Amino acid sequence: MDFAQHLPVLQVIIPLLAAPLIVLLQPRGFAWAATTATAFFSFAVSIAIAARILAGDILHYEMGGWFAPIGIELRVDAFSAIVLLIISGAAAISLVAARTSINQQIEHHRQPLFYAAWLLAIAGLVGMVVTADAFNIFVFMEISSLAGYILIAGGPDRRALPAVFKYLIIGTIGATFYLIGVGMIYMMTGTLNLDDMAQRVVGIEDQRPILVAAAFVFIGLALKAALFPLHVWLPNAYTHAPHMVTVFLAACGTKVAVYVLLRFQFTIFQSFAEHLLQFALFLMPLALLGITVASLVAMFEGHLKRMLAFSSVAQIGYILLGASLMSDSGFTASTLHMFNHALAKGALFLAVAKFATQYADLRIDSLEGAARSMPLTSFAFVIAGLSLIGVPGTAGFISKWQLIMAIMETGNMGFIMVGIVVISSLIAVAYIWRVVETLYAIPTDNIPASATNVNVKSEKMDLLLVALMFTVAMNIYFGLVPALPFTLAELSSQILLQVKF
Amino acid sequence: MKLFEFLGYYNYWVFAVLLMIGFYAVIAKANLIKKLIGLSLFQSAVFLMYISMDKVEGGTAPIIKPDAVDQLYSNPLPQVLILTAIVVGVSTLALGLAIVVRIKERYGTIEENEILDAD
Repeated sequence: MDFAQHLPVLQVIIPLLAAPLIVLLQPRGFAWAATTATAFFSFAVSIAIAARILAGDILHYEMGGWFAPIGIELRVDAFSAIVLLIISGAAAISLVAARTSINQQIEHHRQPLFYAAWLLAIAGLVGMVVTADAFNIFVFMEISSLAGYILIAGGPDRRALPAVFKYLIIGTIGATFYLIGVGMIYMMTGTLNLDDMAQRVVGIEDQRPILVAAAFVFIGLALKAALFPLHVWLPNAYTHAPHMVTVFLAACGTKVAVYVLLRFQFTIFQSFAEHLLQFALFLMPLALLGITVASLVAMFEGHLKRMLAFSSVAQIGYILLGASLMSDSGFTASTLHMFNHALAKGALFLAVAKFATQYADLRIDSLEGAARSMPLTSFAFVIAGLSLIGVPGTAGFISKWQLIMAIMETGNMGFIMVGIVVISSLIAVAYIWRVVETLYAIPTDNIPASATNVNVKSEKMDLLLVALMFTVAMNIYFGLVPALPFTLAELSSQILLQVKF
Repeated sequence: MKLFEFLGYYNYWVFAVLLMIGFYAVIAKANLIKKLIGLSLFQSAVFLMYISMDKVEGGTAPIIKPDAVDQLYSNPLPQVLILTAIVVGVSTLALGLAIVVRIKERYGTIEENEILDAD
């Protein structure tokens, strides 16, 4: 048997098995080192999978030798591969950078448990992506969510607790809605395998339980994906979470829910007679509203992390706007934006984490003149900010340009949408510039008490800074050479848009 | 709709009513424990939906006897699924309660409005 066939299951099983072992590693640093090594191994597996996909394969794996549709099938195609790269890449980079920041924020004796929860979150997220079984997705979704709640609540900030409670309530409601939807589809089709479902749903797609199920699945996953106006849990959870957790979750957390949402919409519900009306025309206004409102809120937000969190809500809007166009190029833009936004937002939150090692207060005003003491971090923030805005030469530009091209294909209506995209990008310029201006401002006499040695270059060269520099370099690299994500995005749009019967 | 049809779906009516009672408690109650009770009810309602759908009229427990032919039994799959979902529900509830304990430690209250006022 070919070793490559086992790659999808290795992706899930390695973090899942490593998690309980990490708990046993008590001496300082061991838990961190073992977790990071696991995450890197996971990343290597994702790269190997992506290489196979680029070579034209689709990987199947039958759990326990039971063949689909009876057994649980793991199935990795181009769309899964690019999301796997995002998850395991984000995990590897944030973990390698995490040491300093986590040591500051989490007590030493709780660190092994914290890292174990982190590995479970990784296992859950990749599990949702590799599996081709609707109920299995639910189980992995809950593994990743429960681990995610622990990670967010783990920090020293007490405001994280009410935030995570809200997230737990909303997340559980979302998952339960998804479960109701899957139950109703199972009632009608008698299968849980996604491909099998897609075939059996043909012919009964106008029956009421199927339509109701589609609504439940959509709303449930939209809650998890923080689609505007269902995003209320996100800003507080991201703001008060430990900084490195924010890096990880902002880069890949919501995107996995978007992945499952699109997977359902395009493989199972696509045969609906009024799918265009029920999905695309419903989603498009929400996406556009999300882009505008969340960007505006970000512009007037005083706290750096919360500002970036609202910007994340807006970026989810871009991703779903591309998908709601229901075209090949729109879908490519959407997938590409998942990848590029993960890079840009990951880098921005890494910079925030680096600022946080020296500034206790992360309100934008209190970072005044930070560029003097932390020149490299500030410079990295500027480049990552440019990528978020979508300036040519950065990764963000590639996907925004692709999105605008995809919108233009739709004809006259497109100008309004392009207008909204351009205006919200200008708003992004405003809110990123506000931070940059503050960072590079010459400090006045009233030096904030929280800052130490404001005028002295006190930035320590550590793994966090190296990871930040690397991510920023990747933003530039994928802005100039976008071949890898672009090919995967095009392949995934081909896979999802082909009508499967 | 005929009364018979209406009553015939009574499991599903109970499911819908329980779901909404739970949902109401989650939204309307300010006490975090009461919210969790509502959430638990909300999840349990879904278990009832799954269990209702696997029932085959006249069917027995899904145990295959070697000598029996044409034995009618209920669909075991939804039961197995719901066993997993119950485990998920219990862990969610446990984690939720753990968070409430922490909130009580740090804020001294478990009323939502008082927590909001505290920050």
